[in-house]
Amino acid sequence: MTITINGKETTIPDNPGRTIESLLEELDVSQRLYVTVELNGEILDRAAHETTPVAGGDVIEFLYFMGGGR
Amino acid sequence: MLTEEQIERYSRHIILKEVGGKGQQKLFDGKVLIIGAGGLGAPIALYLAAAGVGTIGIADADDVDLSNLQRQVIHFTPDVGKPKVESAREKMLAINPDLNVVTYKEWVTAANIMEMVGGYDFIIDGTDNFAAKFLINDACVLAGKPYSHGGILQFDGQTVTVDPGKSACYRCLFPEPPPKDAIPTCSQAGVIGVLPGVLGTIQATEAIKFLLGKGDLLTDRLLTYNALRMKFREVPLRRKTTCPVCGDTPTITGAKDELDALTVCDLEAH
Ligand SMILES: [Zn+2]
Repeated sequence: MTITINGKETTIPDNPGRTIESLLEELDVSQRLYVTVELNGEILDRAAHETTPVAGGDVIEFLYFMGGGR
Repeated sequence: MLTEEQIERYSRHIILKEVGGKGQQKLFDGKVLIIGAGGLGAPIALYLAAAGVGTIGIADADDVDLSNLQRQVIHFTPDVGKPKVESAREKMLAINPDLNVVTYKEWVTAANIMEMVGGYDFIIDGTDNFAAKFLINDACVLAGKPYSHGGILQFDGQTVTVDPGKSACYRCLFPEPPPKDAIPTCSQAGVIGVLPGVLGTIQATEAIKFLLGKGDLLTDRLLTYNALRMKFREVPLRRKTTCPVCGDTPTITGAKDELDALTVCDLEAH
């Protein structure tokens, strides 16, 4: 199935059991424990990562911490 | 009223229909606080001074270090060892002697931030650590002060403007800081020197647009920039009703220090 991740269309194997949490692992997303996930325009609570399924056509943004400035 | 010399100084502004004499006067009457006189703060301070923002506050407890000069373009080699706010003040006044520059040689804390932001129209976060970034967000939301968030690391940067109560705030995106040492810092991971120039200039643009009341602010949109791929992206944001500071039932009702996040980035050098 195809999903959009940070603006890029990405094809991943079909897996009906996939959740946001397992997707983060599968893609080895950096800052995996702290990354904010936006699913179809809605920022998810971290607690919802484990229970939120990923469906074809989903638009997902990984938002990373950037603490620098000086 | 602008003097003849000021009309000449700002002539390229004044011929813009979005600025004009009236807009230039608004800039001169404007008060902007820059927190952090480093990578982001440098271009912000230089451009706001040049633009004629009449009152500019600048806060930073640090002294200029040799390793700052690769990116903090407001500080020069002879400034090494001098307080950053003093070095920045000299350059701002050298560009534009008409300004009122207010210096705060201190770190922002829960104890001083509310009073500090209270005197300004618009605040800019140019800090390098999560404790300060969350504190600035909370203080600006609680005080109802619009502000520009900026963050950089290596070749990446991101910025968003927060209009408290109206647009998404930093905690809508990130409810709490990452645990200390979880995210690499610029001093550990490096930063390409031109990066804060790009991001800081965008933040300064937001302050100027806010004071002029023109254009669309970078609200409800996180602008991300990658210098290696030379790509800008915009991520649409929405205010979160469960946000701990700007949501419907906020749990943060006063400025508080995020103690777990305090030791980051260049602060480690102290
Ligand atoms: Zn919020």
